[in-house]
Amino acid sequence: MRTMETVSSDFSHRHLLGIEGLAPPEITALLDRSDVFAEQNRRRDKTGTSLQGRTIVNLFYEASTRTRTSFELAGKRLGADIINMSVATSSVNKGETLIDTAMTLNAMHPDVLVVRHPSSGAVRLLAEKVNCAVINGGDGQHEHPTQALLDALTIRRRRGRLEGLRIAICGDILHSRVARSNIHLLGTMGCEIRLIAPQTLMPMNVETMGVKTYTRMEDGLEGCDIVMMLRLQRERMKSSFLPSIKEYFRFFGLDYKKLEYAAKDALIMHPGPMNRGVEIDTEVADDVGRSVIREQVEMGVAVRMACLEILSDNLGRSRGAP
Amino acid sequence: MTIIEQRPDKTTNTQTAYVNARLMDPASGLDRPGGLITMGENIHAVGPDITKNGLPENTEIIDCKGLVLCPGLVDFRVQLGSLSGTCRAAASGGITSLVTLPDMDPVIDDPAIVEFIARRARKLGLAKVYVYGAASKAMQGELIAEYGLLAEAGALAFSDGLHAIKDSRMMRQILSYAATFGYLIACHPEDAALARNGVATEGELTTRLGLTGIPEQAEVIQIERDIRILELTGGRLHIANVSTAAGIYAIKAGKAKGLALTCDTAPPYFALNEGAINGYRTFAKLSPPLRLEQDRLAVINAIKDGTIDLITSDHTPRDEESKRLPFQEAAAGGVGLNTLLAVSLDLYHNGQLPLMDVIKLLTVTPAELLKLDAGKLVPGHAADFILFDPDRGWKVSENTLYSKSKNSPFDGRPVQGQVMLTIVDGRPVFKNQKEFA
Repeated sequence: MRTMETVSSDFSHRHLLGIEGLAPPEITALLDRSDVFAEQNRRRDKTGTSLQGRTIVNLFYEASTRTRTSFELAGKRLGADIINMSVATSSVNKGETLIDTAMTLNAMHPDVLVVRHPSSGAVRLLAEKVNCAVINGGDGQHEHPTQALLDALTIRRRRGRLEGLRIAICGDILHSRVARSNIHLLGTMGCEIRLIAPQTLMPMNVETMGVKTYTRMEDGLEGCDIVMMLRLQRERMKSSFLPSIKEYFRFFGLDYKKLEYAAKDALIMHPGPMNRGVEIDTEVADDVGRSVIREQVEMGVAVRMACLEILSDNLGRSRGAP
Repeated sequence: MTIIEQRPDKTTNTQTAYVNARLMDPASGLDRPGGLITMGENIHAVGPDITKNGLPENTEIIDCKGLVLCPGLVDFRVQLGSLSGTCRAAASGGITSLVTLPDMDPVIDDPAIVEFIARRARKLGLAKVYVYGAASKAMQGELIAEYGLLAEAGALAFSDGLHAIKDSRMMRQILSYAATFGYLIACHPEDAALARNGVATEGELTTRLGLTGIPEQAEVIQIERDIRILELTGGRLHIANVSTAAGIYAIKAGKAKGLALTCDTAPPYFALNEGAINGYRTFAKLSPPLRLEQDRLAVINAIKDGTIDLITSDHTPRDEESKRLPFQEAAAGGVGLNTLLAVSLDLYHNGQLPLMDVIKLLTVTPAELLKLDAGKLVPGHAADFILFDPDRGWKVSENTLYSKSKNSPFDGRPVQGQVMLTIVDGRPVFKNQKEFA
């Protein structure tokens, strides 16, 4: 079992702002530690004390249920004090800028800030202005690193490895930070990544990120070990990315017919929240033999515990505290 | 001359031999005396060896008297008007397959409408009627139509007809979404703002006649923009009704870049110039409007050098009342199915193109662009072909048009080249009575 000491020596960053740029040993260190917490979370006594006395602030500029709850639970299981700030109740609504909010919070000496923001790059901007560790809980269409880590953990626990797997990421790639973080992480770990989307939802020149692109599910799913579906926002119809939900489901929704093109034992993943009958057929989503969607949620808590613990520990070292 | 509407009760496997013909098939390059045998709805055999001798018993023999036998014409763009009127005009013009624009009421933006039109046309049996799906919902230029579902229902390509896509981002989304499936987008090349209220090409003539002009630049601006967007998105773009020298130049440059770019023109743009509107002749009011003489010559050159890929009838029926109005208020558009072949043959008679090339522009090229199994003479495939006399003269008049609407820009014009027999699925649908009683 991987101990905290060995993990910290492998992952020495102050913040977790994205997956891009992380080396395979760093990712492996985070996943190994997450594995430990995944086991711990299944025990009757789930709580630890490693973050006792630490303060974590969840700063969410965008609606979120699962990510915020997941971080909150992760912090509590490690014994930290954790508070939630959401836009609706904060002074952001009173016109305070992002940086002013950061400075104000910083003055209260939190140890870790978990930030979600609708603008790409906003979390990095904030991280430059504070003394504490910052975890990106999703910034615009840029990155969502803990989602990619929990996806990787789910896959690794099921398949025993990441390297060499063929993975399809399907749907609204253009607007998806989940897709970008997964491309970085799974690519770094040696997976073959295939993106499947209508051309209107495929980002320009995405091939330069080391992926193959497909516009037909039947072609892209060929022999895939993992099928990751992305959430499609209904607003995409109004801005002419797509004509209709009916057409999208017909050509890009995951049903058993399309799934036949993937490997026989292919696993189905979705970052949630799902639109049943839009990007995924309801029977496929609930297929206990294939769908690991609920397991992803479970792994989310473990991954966030690992991230909170490692960053707090690194913070202690840089501040000279124990 | 007659149109034959009644279909046989059941498909028979009777053989008919068309002998003593000049076979012309641009797809294979065949141009020799010979014959063709149909069996039921299909071509059974075609070639120089087929003569009236050595045919099996019970074969009906038709002597083609040395006339040209070529594939039925494939008309890339037609406005449907009344289905039966349009199909009658098509049969009389030697057109066996045609594609209708979605400018109908209701607009063809729903798979159910695609199926409805196909079913009605099949019942009539005079011509094979295919459709364009709308490029945007209700052709409003705001929301993408369901290309995938429309194509599954039978739509061959997508277009907003005479409505140019105004919004550049929307054009991008349209081309990009269509590229997902590899579908062709056909566009009307006219900047809508520059063309607003315009009724003729801006210049000396509009000044003298006191009409609102459309500057020629309206065409090239739209074409240049669409080509730039095509560079961005990839996919297949077809520009309809090209009519100006500047527009042709832009397309030539776009093709040189290796883009999947094609275009067409219609007979009025190589056979007429703006002078045809003199005297406020509303039958010559078209969209885009007739152009200057140097544009007409540029269109002919572009047909010769291959920049223009094909010729369509651009058949646009208008009722009598909408043309019997002051020029400024009259509806634009002209019927063209019946005169498509004869006016296109001008290019041959004037020594601008070989006969085979003229037929190619009207048959196999449009069929291939639409991925349609038509426009060539191949055993085992549908027996859709025509017999025509390339030299026989006649005069266009309301009595010769067959369509319900009579608004031909060529009204009163002497032309050369007449369809004698039109065969669809092995069955004659039009006969020039004098020859083939």
